[in-house]
Amino acid sequence: MSENKEKTYIRSHEPVFWGLFGAGGMLTAFLTPVMILITGLLIPLGIIDKGNFNYQTLHNFATTWFGAAVILVLVALPLWHTLHRIFHALHDLGVKRGRDWQMVFCYGFAFAVSVFVFTLLLQMF
Amino acid sequence: MSKPVETGQIIDIDILRYRPEEDKKPFTQTFEVPYTEDMSILEALQHIKDHLDSTISFRWSCRMAICGSCGLMVNGVPKLGCKAFLRDYYPKKISLEPLANFPIERDLVVVMDDFIKKLEEIKPYIIPEKTGDKKCLSEGPHKQTPEQMAKYKQFSMCINCGLCYAACPQYGLDNKFTGPAALALLARYNRDSRDFGEAQRMKIVNQEEGVWGCTFVGYCSVVCPKGVDPAAAIQLLKVESSKDYLIGMFKPE
Repeated sequence: MSENKEKTYIRSHEPVFWGLFGAGGMLTAFLTPVMILITGLLIPLGIIDKGNFNYQTLHNFATTWFGAAVILVLVALPLWHTLHRIFHALHDLGVKRGRDWQMVFCYGFAFAVSVFVFTLLLQMF
Repeated sequence: MSKPVETGQIIDIDILRYRPEEDKKPFTQTFEVPYTEDMSILEALQHIKDHLDSTISFRWSCRMAICGSCGLMVNGVPKLGCKAFLRDYYPKKISLEPLANFPIERDLVVVMDDFIKKLEEIKPYIIPEKTGDKKCLSEGPHKQTPEQMAKYKQFSMCINCGLCYAACPQYGLDNKFTGPAALALLARYNRDSRDFGEAQRMKIVNQEEGVWGCTFVGYCSVVCPKGVDPAAAIQLLKVESSKDYLIGMFKPE
């Protein structure tokens, strides 16, 4: 009763998105709370001197290669993480229509914003 | 079965019944069962079949969480009937239903064909290095260090009860997904030092219906009565599949 026809296996491209999702998840879990703590609590409460966070110092930071890389990674990776999660949540909620378009919108948005931040940082040099 | 100590206490048990030749759709029937502290849900079912309604159908065999036959939904949670006890629910009533995500065959019996098919598909046996290159029996056993054994032992404890499939929301949404137990068993053979079938099995793993159908909900590992942790097995396979993807980019078949 066994089928003679050899089954064809189609490789999924999910590892690419899962990799970005995993990397973004690590950042979101470990660094986002720290950033919220600094910018949302410690600076407004005056525990960290506000002077360190004026436009000029931040601009100087963003126009170093190191600073630009940190900002790009901190914006792009959590975004890929978030939109990957939204893409899968749509499946979990039973939104079956237009899976291809859902994918284009979700990952397309993450890609577009990543490119936008990249060019923004680049033109600041 | 020894006669239970009569205490006069009664527990209500709701059972979802379905007899395909006479019922249009499943319905709930309530039974009053004499409660004793050491009575398992399986024993309660046996009491019902022996004393209250002999037409009720359910699967069971070993009574000690070895055979994996008596899986069912207890108040909506997948459990083994022999490993769940009335005392954890008394005096509230208990509702028993057949395992979720499987078609009902009759009463608490489900059709497990799809699950069995998936177990067979992942080649759940040791594949030797080359065919015709098998080690002869006279050459002695395949030796393995405790470290090599520790790599797969946990994933080999599965009893194929199907609780993880009833728990898995992804399998519930789309039963093309290979599912927790089959993937854990696949990991068990891929991680075995005596096995050389990894390349064959990675083709199954790499598919959308392979490990990538999993979103790491982790409920499979919560309900597993044998501590297999299929969710961890699948996460480990995702890492392997990602490595395989990278290698595949530079070395297309």
